[in-house]
Amino acid sequence: MSAQGKIDPMHQFTIEPIAPLHLGGYDISFTQSAAWMLFAFGLILAFMALGLKRELVPGRWQMAVEGLTGFIDDMVKVNIGPEGRKFIPFIFALFTFILVSNLAGLLPLAVIPGAHPFTTTSQFSLTGVLAVLSFSIVLIVGFWRHGLHFFSLFVPHGTPAVMVPLIAPIEFISFMVRPFSLGLRLFVAMIAGHILMEVFGSFIVSGLNGGGIGFGVAILSFLFIIFVVALELLMCVIQAYVFALLTTLYLGDAVNLH
Amino acid sequence: MPQITQLAEVFASQLFWLAVFFGLIFFGIGRGMLPRVRSAIDQRDSKVADDLEKAKLARTSAEETEARWRARMDEARVEASRIAQEAKGASARETEARVKEALGEIDSKVELARLRIRDAVAAARTELEAVAAEGAQQMVQQLTGIKVERQDAAKAVKSELEIMTPVER
Repeated sequence: MSAQGKIDPMHQFTIEPIAPLHLGGYDISFTQSAAWMLFAFGLILAFMALGLKRELVPGRWQMAVEGLTGFIDDMVKVNIGPEGRKFIPFIFALFTFILVSNLAGLLPLAVIPGAHPFTTTSQFSLTGVLAVLSFSIVLIVGFWRHGLHFFSLFVPHGTPAVMVPLIAPIEFISFMVRPFSLGLRLFVAMIAGHILMEVFGSFIVSGLNGGGIGFGVAILSFLFIIFVVALELLMCVIQAYVFALLTTLYLGDAVNLH
Repeated sequence: MPQITQLAEVFASQLFWLAVFFGLIFFGIGRGMLPRVRSAIDQRDSKVADDLEKAKLARTSAEETEARWRARMDEARVEASRIAQEAKGASARETEARVKEALGEIDSKVELARLRIRDAVAAARTELEAVAAEGAQQMVQQLTGIKVERQDAAKAVKSELEIMTPVER
């Protein structure tokens, strides 16, 4: 949003500090990104707290909370097995945090002048850290449970001995790519959707300013943007699900070694 | 792309606040609240399983009671039909006896009547014989002029009558 009325689709991803804060030479200012993380945390906390009545016959809210936890439980049980119970809090935190952050980025706050939503999951500095965190847990669990035997993950069952030198590097590379694919997938999906919405939003504004054929463009862009927003809502859920699902799959590998 | 141009300058802050809030979600909600939600679900499941078990027990006991009741009903029915049979038999026997008695009475009456009829027939015959003998005597005397003894006439009439009527039963 530059001064000339031109719309910069990347501006929405800029992190702006709210309260400067320094700790031991590091700049850990409370930014709007941190504020949106706080918002996500607060929303999840409220959602869970309202559903924590522990009634024998659950109300609607409690049903929703139990549905969510049941969903996570099932995913962990299917992909990791009965030993996966101890990972449930982590998977739950990953899924809810990413889901709420994704959806918070789509809140129509821009109708209030000066306010606009910020998608924390469109920051590679955040998704990357989450991906590395997942990957580190996979590595730690793998080496903790299996020691050096964990490397047998790179040699799938039934591989002929001749093929091992060929298969093992490929498996190793595909294994090492996991954190990047995890972090990048989420980051790219979020940023792409937001750029798309911003660009077509700017088309509406420019089209209306242009007049004539511009109105047609504006109407078309408006119709398209409705479709994109619907798609983005779907994307928010899918990406959170994919992140959590892949983490459970990787953890399942680490726990069960194929 | 602000994500890249800003990376160095905001990374520490991003990492710190992510650690704080993700940590809060993980420890506070994931490890603090989640197990309580789970225990509530488990409690309910065990309660439901318990109740189902109880219901099953109640059902089997109800079925037992019903089976016992049915057995008793069957017994009672058999008993009832036996009693009915007996009563029917007894009444049939009684009727038979009464009929027999009545028949005996009737038979004796019939016998008496028959005796009376025989007596009457015998009386009538003697009278008839006497009349016929006299008639025959007079007829012969008038026709032929021969005087027939009364006894001979009676004998002849008797033999004629015996030929005409079969021997009395």
